[in-house]
Order: sequence, then C-alpha cells, then structure tokens
Amino acid sequence: MATRTVQFKIYRYDPDKDAAPYMQDLTVELDPSDRKLLDALVRIKAMDDSMSYRRSCREGVCGSDAMNINGKNGLACLTDIDSLAQPITLRPLPGLPVIRDLIVDMTQFFKQYHSIKPYVVNNSPAPEKERLQTPDEREELNGLYECILCACCSTSCPSFWWNPDKFVGPAGLLAAYRFIADTRDEATNERLDNLEDPYRLFRCHTIMNCVDVCPKHLNPTKAIGKIKELMLSRTV
Amino acid sequence: MKVAKRTFDAVIVGAGGAGMRAAVQLAESGLKTAVISKVFPTRSHTVAAQGGVSASLGNSEPDHWHWHMYDTVKGSDWLGDQDAIEFMCRAAPQVVVELEHYGMPFDRTDEGKIYQRPFGGHMSNFGEKPVRRACAAADRTGHAMLHALYQRNVRANTQFFVEWLALDLLRAADGRVLGVIAMEMETGEVTVFQAKATLFATGGAGRIYYSSTNAFINTGDGVGMAARAGIPLEDMEFWQFHPTGVAGAGVLITEGVRGEGGILRNAGGERFMERYAPNAKDLASRDVVSRAMVTEINEGRGCGTGKDHVLLDITHLDADVINKRLPGIREISIQFAGVDPIKAPIPVVPTCHYQMGGIPTNYRGEVVVGGEAVAGFYAAGECACASVHGANRLGTNSLLDLLVFGKSSGESMIEYIKAQPAALQDIPQSEIDKSLARIDRLDNQKGGADVHETRLAMQRTMQNHAGVFRFKDMLAQGVDKILEIEKQVQQTGIKDKSKVWNTARTEALELENLIEVAKATIISANARTESRGAHVRDDAPDTPEHPNGRDDANWLKHTLWYRDGNRLEYKPVNLKPLSVETIALKTRAY
Repeated sequence: MATRTVQFKIYRYDPDKDAAPYMQDLTVELDPSDRKLLDALVRIKAMDDSMSYRRSCREGVCGSDAMNINGKNGLACLTDIDSLAQPITLRPLPGLPVIRDLIVDMTQFFKQYHSIKPYVVNNSPAPEKERLQTPDEREELNGLYECILCACCSTSCPSFWWNPDKFVGPAGLLAAYRFIADTRDEATNERLDNLEDPYRLFRCHTIMNCVDVCPKHLNPTKAIGKIKELMLSRTV
Repeated sequence: MKVAKRTFDAVIVGAGGAGMRAAVQLAESGLKTAVISKVFPTRSHTVAAQGGVSASLGNSEPDHWHWHMYDTVKGSDWLGDQDAIEFMCRAAPQVVVELEHYGMPFDRTDEGKIYQRPFGGHMSNFGEKPVRRACAAADRTGHAMLHALYQRNVRANTQFFVEWLALDLLRAADGRVLGVIAMEMETGEVTVFQAKATLFATGGAGRIYYSSTNAFINTGDGVGMAARAGIPLEDMEFWQFHPTGVAGAGVLITEGVRGEGGILRNAGGERFMERYAPNAKDLASRDVVSRAMVTEINEGRGCGTGKDHVLLDITHLDADVINKRLPGIREISIQFAGVDPIKAPIPVVPTCHYQMGGIPTNYRGEVVVGGEAVAGFYAAGECACASVHGANRLGTNSLLDLLVFGKSSGESMIEYIKAQPAALQDIPQSEIDKSLARIDRLDNQKGGADVHETRLAMQRTMQNHAGVFRFKDMLAQGVDKILEIEKQVQQTGIKDKSKVWNTARTEALELENLIEVAKATIISANARTESRGAHVRDDAPDTPEHPNGRDDANWLKHTLWYRDGNRLEYKPVNLKPLSVETIALKTRAY
C-alpha cells in the first residue's frame, strides 16, 4: 500500500529559545500501518527530535498523551488520524500553563485531585480477610474508578478555566464520588463538608464538556449530580 | 554543571507497583523516603496489566499456596529459586487482602469476596486442572492496583519526585550503594539523591524488541544503570512472548480472555491448542501457547491475507459476560483491531511482553552479587530477578511479584536503615562526574548516530535474532550485530539542545539503558545451548534423552552477564524451599 501525506498545524514553544509560542505547519508522510494520531507524532519526532509531548502506554490507560486535537481534548493514542479534518491542529490542553510544545504543567490539576482525599478512609480495625462488598455495591464504583487522570475533562471545563484554584473540577469530583460511593469508606460526611463551598462543587454548571471529551466514556457530570443530591438530602 | 544534593533515608527509583508498595512500607514507618519517577506515578506501566493478581484465597473453590508454588516452579521450567517461590506464594493471600484494605476495587463473588478467574498454568492439586486463582478488577486489574497504591501513598504523605529521570547509581569504592543521580525533566537540572538505602523498581525493557506490548517508557533504566555500575544481570536470555498481542498493533489482550472461556483458532477454525496441551488447552503456560501459535503460522495455518496471525474467539460468550468481565478488551479490540469481539474473533500474535531476568536479588529484595548482599542496594518487580519466574512466568504472578517483593524489600530497607549510623558516607566525585559526562557528551555531540534509527536497528535485530524460536546461527550473528549497534549508541547525536523538557535527550539516555539489556539478552541466549521455558533453540530439540530440549545436567543454573568484557558466569538454582520438600525435576507438559 502507498504511503499517504497528512497536514498538521502544531503549537510550538520552547522557553529556552522562543520569545513566544507559534503554530508550525507540517506535512508528514505516513505508513499505512499508522492509524492513530500518536503514530503520526512518533513520525514527526523522528524528523524533528525537538517536538515535545508526553506519551507512554499508547493504549489509552496511562493518560499521558492528552492534548487539544482540532479544538477538542482527547488522547492522541486513541484518536484515528483518518477521523480528523486537515490540517490537524494540535495544541496543549487549554487552561493550564504550557511548559513546552504540547506539554502542560499539571500541578493545579493534581492539587485538586489530592484535595478530595483520594483514598479509602476506614478506621475500623481491618479484618484478617477482605472487607466484604456485594456485587451490587461494587457495581456502584463502575464508571468512577476507571479514571486515568488524563485531565481532558477538567481542562475542557470553563468553570475550571476560570477558577482552577477553587473549583475541584470534573476529574477531582468524579474521584470524590468514587470514594463516597464505596461501601468500605466511612468518611462520607467529611467528604461532603470538604465540598460544601460556593466554588469547590457548586461551580459546576452542567455544561457537560467533561462528558463529551472523556476518552474512557465516564460521566463526571452525573457523579457531580449525585454529590449535590447527597448534599441536599443531608440539609433537609 | 552545578549539582544539587538532597539526603534521604531511602530513595526509590520507579513508581510502578513494586516501587509504590515499597514506598507505602517505608513512608508509613516514618522514614524519610523519596520516590523518583520519570512519569506521574499512575502512568507507570503496571497500569496496563489486565487479567489479575494470583493468590490462593480459595474464594470460589479449594486452593492452596503449595499448589500455587508447584505451578510456579513448573511454569519456570525449574529455573526459579524454590525458596523465593515458596515465599511469594505463601505471602500472596496476605498482600492481596492488604491491597483490598487499601481500597482496591476488586470484582466480587455473590458472597462479597474477591472475584477470582482461571489463568494459564494455574492448577489445583499439583497440576490436575485449572483453578480460579487470579483476583481481578474486570480486565483493569493493573490500573485499579496502581491507583490504589498511589492513593495509599497520598495518605502516607510519600514524597514523590515526578518527571525526574534517574541517570546513574552511585557507589562507594567498597561497592556500597550511596544513592542515585537524577535529572529534573522540566529544567534539565541534575540532583544527587543521597540515601542509606536505594531501591530500583524501574520495571522492564520490552522496548528492546520491535513488537512489544510494553509502553514507550519501558526502557530498562534500572537494569542499564545497574549494569554500568558493575552489577551483573541474571537470566536475561528469558523473555516472555505473550500469546495474544493485537496483530500489527502489539497492544495486549489479557490471558483472562481465555480464562473467561476464549479459544484460539487457526485458519481452519480448529481449536489447535488441544493438540499441543491436551489437558490445559488454551490455558497452558504462555511459552507453550506462543510456540504453538508460531508453529501454526509457520506451517501455513495462519489467518488473514498474510496468514500471519491466529484468532482469539469469544463470540460464543454471552455479551453480558464480555461487557462485565472484559470491557477494556472489547474497547482495545475495537480501537486497535477494528473488531468488536462480541461479533468477530480478534487477530492476535505472540508479542514481547515480560523480562524474566534482571538484577539478581534474594527474596528479601537485597541485591546479591557473589553470594553477598550489596550494602544499601535493593531491587523489586520486573527489573529484579529473585528468581521466581525462572525461564517462564505464569500470568498474574507479575502483579503478585510487585506486591510481595515491593513489601519485603521495603521491610529489609527499614531494618537496614535503622542499623546504620546517622551520618551518610561521602559520595566520590568521580561517580558524579561519570554520570555528568554522559550528559555533556550529548550536549556537545555534533552530528552522530540518529537515536530513532539506532533504536529501530536494535529492535529489529532483537526481533529477528532472539524471538519466540531461536536459531544457533541467528543468535551468533545477532551478537555481532548488537555489538556493532552498541558502538552507534555510544555516539548518538541529538539536535534538540534545550534545557527544558528535552525528550530527545531523554530518549538518547534511555537508549543507553536499552542497549545494555539487549547485549545481556543476546549474549546470554547465545551461550545457553539448551531449550528451557521461553528460550527454545533449534539445536536443542525435543529428544528422549533431553525432553523438550532441556539439559539439566549442564544447564540447571542461572546465567550472570557482566557488562565488563561481556563476561558470563553461572550460579546454581536454589532447589531448596523454605519449609516444604523440593519440587523435584520433571518433564514439563500441560
């Protein structure tokens, strides 16, 4: 099979030498076996070793290669090249400081994740065997525990863009509900207290960009809704 | 170059399962611990493990750690050390339960216990029939485990250095390990991490092969650093080729698919494993299944226009079972094979997956050279060789290895650190200079070999010369080729000279680690003139005198490769378990 040519427009910025960011036009020859956007980025890097982006597992479980692809956040390794209009425009995830090229500083994102105490709190003496959980109780964690912390959701959320220091954001709130929903966790009240604030939870205005972009098909808006319900039911 | 210095009680390199399990132990004991990782912890490759972690919990049917031990020794083709294997299998139920207490979202049985599924090579009653031993969270067990371990470390306030690349191990003149030197990727600045005890938990190096299930980051950094620091590498000829990588893409399809009832079929639709492993069939050991698949393909019974793969069929399974137990696999199959496995079988080929060898340790996680522990140095997980996997690892035993030896090395380090004087030993400047010279060379190199092309040449050579089946002549030629490629690696050039997040430099430094692994592998493989486990050669065929080509009289021993002069030494296999009788040598059949 013949090779094919694909046009790119890529955000470039190296603070070590560039006064300002710029968009670089590129034409890349691809092999028929290059299916995913990440395959193309590997080809580009072979031509220009200064092209900088994060990547690891190349199968959508590590969450490294999130970026803004033709205006929408997604993972390069799960995006079919042929599904994209050309020139394929690549930018770093919006709303976070850019370190270099497609690499953003995720400090704020992880700070919000850490702020919800992302671990099971259970102060009862641990039994010798596993803590029991029925299949139905375990089922409650589906759609929550699969998050890969890629930040596609939070960095597509206007509320997070405006208040990244105050609004927990969809990824952090999904994680918060993951622990609330876990029958082994004993800290539901503390978790709700932690979110009872004009910004941390209630800045979600159900715009649902998070649901639209999540590469794992998770629904942070639904999880946020459930937290809000719990918050209301304990005040009445 | 200015070099900063930080001091710790313990420094851990690598934040996958093994590193983070050790970190829990150390941080919760109150010792000052640093974990250095070149990626954010939950991006480590443990995240990609799918099928399960083995433990004889017996939640669905009777099981016993002794049966697990027997299976592991047999799976290793008797090259595993039986003391370490007993230690691991006995500890399994406890470490899995601990993980559940950390919050791991295991699937559940109707009684609310941890769900277990069958897996290749895991049998009840000393090899009788498949047993449900693999504890699973759908087909995302590694992801669930890695996140649970990270979460436990957040609770323990472990200090992480995220997106730092470890460069070299630092040793005193007497061989004691004094810490590591590492580079912050964002700034390019170099820091010495001085510590009383250092643990390598850097994972595997599957990227020495062209076709691999491994992540881009699996570049054998710890193994390369150890080799440069004069530590020998053990049993590096043994690499596992996982039977079911997606044809073309290399992405892993868990053995749990066969555990849930999946069947391998050739072009004729035949369930061919019945011929190769009449008892265990599709759930035979991975080396056995991979060889059967390649034999089918070589004899013209492969599928597709190129007749270059076989099919993994789950179309007979209930769609609900697939959606509940194997949702990730369905997604991967649609994404990377363009096939919905509910409707059509998945095209698969054996793909490089796991490094059985590594840095030689005992079951306490201490690095052992010449029968003595190297003071201050520990290794755990895929980069280490305890040796529990021997010549072939059983599926789910790698996640178990991480937990058991991550924990035991953490405990050994605590004991060791508490016995050390408060003052840290000075690090010889020459050790630091050696490492800085590698950075300086890359900064100043004009022209030079292209990193991408050189890595590709190494990967193709390893694929063609040291694959599923090995050939005497090809191995010998492979040694020469890899030694030629090594010369290129010593003079790679990068065009990007930026200090900020320089991935070109990272990849050049990673290649310097990969090449050590490639040399160790092909030189050790060329020398071992028998067939055993995953190492099968044309000049060591199955004969009545040597069933399966195994030659215990001459080769029941561990290989040790030394970087210096590519020297090989050997050491005996420990056939003596801790408390039970030796599992006696036997011909391996499934």
